[in-house]
Amino acid sequence: MSAVAEQRAGVTLTGISKEFGDVTAVHPLDLTVPRGSFFALLGASGCGKTTTLRMIAGLEQPTTGTVRLGDDDVTALPPHRRKVNTVFQSYALFPHLDVHDNVAFGLRRRGIRSVAKDVRETLELVELGHLARRKPHQLSGGQQQRVALARAIVNRPEVLLLDEPLGALDLKLRRQMQLELKRIQTEVGLTFVHVTHDQEEAMTMADTIAVMNAGRVEQLGTPVDLYEDPASSFVANFLGQSNLIAAEIAGTAGADLLLSAAGDVKLALPAARCRARSTAVGTRVLAGMRPEKISLAHRDAAVDGAVPDGRNRIPGTVVDASFTGAATQYLVDSPVCPELSVFVQNVERDPRLVPGAQVVLHWNPAHTFGLDGEESLLAGTLEDAGTGEEAP
Amino acid sequence: MRWLRRHLVVIAGTLALVYLLLPNVVVLVFSFNDPAGRYNYTWQSFSTDAWSDPCGVAGMCDSVGLSLRIALTATVAATVIGTLAAFALARHRFRGRAAGNSLIFLPMAMPEVVMAASLGTLFLNMRIEFGVTTILIAHIMFCLSFVVVAVKARVASMDPKLEEAARDLYAGPLQTFLRVTLPLAAPGIAAGAMLSFAISLDDFIITQFNAGPSTVTFPMYVWGASQRGIPVQVNVIGTAMFVAALALVVAGQVVGARRRSRA
Amino acid sequence: MTALAAPPEATPEAPGPPPPRRRLTPYWLLLPAALWLLVFFAAPLVYQASTSVQSGSFEEGFEVTWRWANYTEALDTYAEHFARSFGYAAAATVLCLAIGYPLAYMIAFRAGRWRGVLLVLVIAPFFTSFLIRTLAWKTILSDNGPLVGALDTLHVLDVTATLGLTTDDRLLATPLAVVCGLTYNFLPFMILPLYTSLERVDPGLHEAAQDLYARPLTVFRRVTLPLSMPGVVAGTLLTFIPASGDYINAQLLGSPKEQMVGNAIQKQFLNVLDYPTAAAMSFLLMAAILIMVTVYIRRAGTEELV
Repeated sequence: MSAVAEQRAGVTLTGISKEFGDVTAVHPLDLTVPRGSFFALLGASGCGKTTTLRMIAGLEQPTTGTVRLGDDDVTALPPHRRKVNTVFQSYALFPHLDVHDNVAFGLRRRGIRSVAKDVRETLELVELGHLARRKPHQLSGGQQQRVALARAIVNRPEVLLLDEPLGALDLKLRRQMQLELKRIQTEVGLTFVHVTHDQEEAMTMADTIAVMNAGRVEQLGTPVDLYEDPASSFVANFLGQSNLIAAEIAGTAGADLLLSAAGDVKLALPAARCRARSTAVGTRVLAGMRPEKISLAHRDAAVDGAVPDGRNRIPGTVVDASFTGAATQYLVDSPVCPELSVFVQNVERDPRLVPGAQVVLHWNPAHTFGLDGEESLLAGTLEDAGTGEEAP
Repeated sequence: MRWLRRHLVVIAGTLALVYLLLPNVVVLVFSFNDPAGRYNYTWQSFSTDAWSDPCGVAGMCDSVGLSLRIALTATVAATVIGTLAAFALARHRFRGRAAGNSLIFLPMAMPEVVMAASLGTLFLNMRIEFGVTTILIAHIMFCLSFVVVAVKARVASMDPKLEEAARDLYAGPLQTFLRVTLPLAAPGIAAGAMLSFAISLDDFIITQFNAGPSTVTFPMYVWGASQRGIPVQVNVIGTAMFVAALALVVAGQVVGARRRSRA
Repeated sequence: MTALAAPPEATPEAPGPPPPRRRLTPYWLLLPAALWLLVFFAAPLVYQASTSVQSGSFEEGFEVTWRWANYTEALDTYAEHFARSFGYAAAATVLCLAIGYPLAYMIAFRAGRWRGVLLVLVIAPFFTSFLIRTLAWKTILSDNGPLVGALDTLHVLDVTATLGLTTDDRLLATPLAVVCGLTYNFLPFMILPLYTSLERVDPGLHEAAQDLYARPLTVFRRVTLPLSMPGVVAGTLLTFIPASGDYINAQLLGSPKEQMVGNAIQKQFLNVLDYPTAAAMSFLLMAAILIMVTVYIRRAGTEELV
């Protein structure tokens, strides 16, 4: 994060907030988007990410705070005087203009006479050179998306804003366009700010992700940072899956904290990865681990010493096993949590691991992360209906 | 100055609305006038005489009754015939469909006076006596197109899958039509009927060319009065119609809104 | 009934052309309307064509004598009426567009939850007979009314008089009054199609245009206006066609010097009883309008319509 802050800023938001009537869509937030980066605003629908984007574009006037592009304060500038362009969720292609004229629109408004070369090159970049004279309604969804992109990047804006640009595409096309967008961003070197609710999309494409929830930024960092070391249960659950166990601190051992859960289960957690308010004995924490970090051993094998020493261990019973191709997902009932999730790679499948089998879960303590014990176990999951309903 | 520029559209739009509604206000105000001469064009003094005796002028209320009867008959006939035609044009592909569409469209693209004179010429040549029948024939003729256009728009926007679903759920062709198709098309049919009622009630040009000497509709009464002297009661009728129609529309909107909020 | 005793399944309908009875359905449905329009709309036009080349008199009867002079005489006598008809109608159409566009735009984009109320207000005038409303303009424009007084004080009437729109410091019985009446009467026919096409314009396109460096006026000129062209075309036709055949406004608000073709046809048909001349004039009016409309649609069609 410190490396990020030292680079030149593309967009700087300072204390920016937005209220619609008595609803607060965005709480005052500070955000710096490094120049030339691919920055993702990730959150569930209604979390304030699109409102934040629209304030950068100038389509929404912030209630408080300032927007700066590079070193210039643009808070008071109307959208047509900001060097910012947007790829709209609905694409908003002008239906009365053909592809070429759609792409040339911004250049012409800025008084540029000879637009043909720029338009042609940009259309080549998005691989639509041959469709320049088509009208938008004659194009497929993916092609329309490319036109919307070309129409924005042809202007070489200081910042390109993408508002769920892949939301309307089917899954296969989405994956293809994700790679395409990444390639184009590398090629043109512009600052991209990408709004999405798809965590996989954000992690695939972005250098830096800001996770938003209920009008606030929960955590900001690289995809690896956010995934390996989530700062809140919302981030832990919203980015990928997490197993969260309610525990309390029972002591220390070197650089590790010792936790106890459900009475007799003992777990180790690196003190550096614990975000609880204190490390005093008796402090409540949530111990978290990702399902793919956990190994599963049949109890008979565990007794034979198949589980190395120094690993966290939890006994349990397999409740459900679903085969997903590359992996098998097991749900395990244990004293600490009724449904622990475990992903096991399908390398050598143990035929004894069927529902009802007695098992031992074990993992490297370094892969455990600790969260504040007061947080909701369910924040950011599908069962969590409470968040994200604030903004219109 | 900036405020003015930002609200220019609203100011211009409001002025346009004033222009549209000013005559209605004048009609209302002058229904309380006590005119000096035969014409009700300049304000003299306040009076409710006309409102307390709306039918006090010879022939006027008869003309209103005749207009209402003609409008009702023409609306029923045009709605039935027009709805059938709309279903044919919206739901079927057949040889002659384009010609049918043009035949429906042409009366709306023709100045009224041309249709009025040509139909009048036909009746003269056929030696058909001018009267209520000729007026009705003419009114049904020009109302038809409006009904077809209104119903066709509605039917075209209906999902044919709904009818297929009804067939799938054991409804026969007749039941499908009565229980699914007709209720779905009802708003379009109602719109067409209301439109033709309003047009027929207010028609003057075609009526003047095709009316007999004793068939005086309300617009014809007003026309005649504008040459002889206009009783204040004309304004009373005009205002009463305005208020009644407005109340109907408002009631319809309220009922619609309530139904939508309940759904 | 048990499952075993279930009746045999009806054989599914064979794909392919529908049976002959179903194929005739649309014709039966269309028949009454088509007959009505053929007999009472199309046939009269043919009758009128033959009447327009007849000669004779009401007392002695008319006969087809292929008297084409009916046309040339009508044109000679009523050339000014034709000119006024199309001139006034064109002026009223332009005014309707200028007055109606802001209102339609306001209802489509600025009205919010007042949209329904404003639409009712646009059609509300129709609830009172248009003859009564046109007569109300006599009051508004009357010689000693407040409007004439105000315009006279502001010397507006001097300007309009120089332009030949008014005479003798009055508004009534002038071309201005007739055009004002026509504009008023057909304004809703302009506003409603304009509104329909504006309402279909995605407000997101306004944002996209602003985002692409278009100033507010440019957004209107490059995006909103082109996208509302279908409404402009429909509105101008719905205004111009009836306005050019109208005779009520000229009769009630004008003087004999403002008479239009409609007045002439009405007089020939109902007072003079010279049916061939009336028929010839309606035919000329119809032909002129058809030609103008065709040319107009062709020109408008080459613009960027969706």
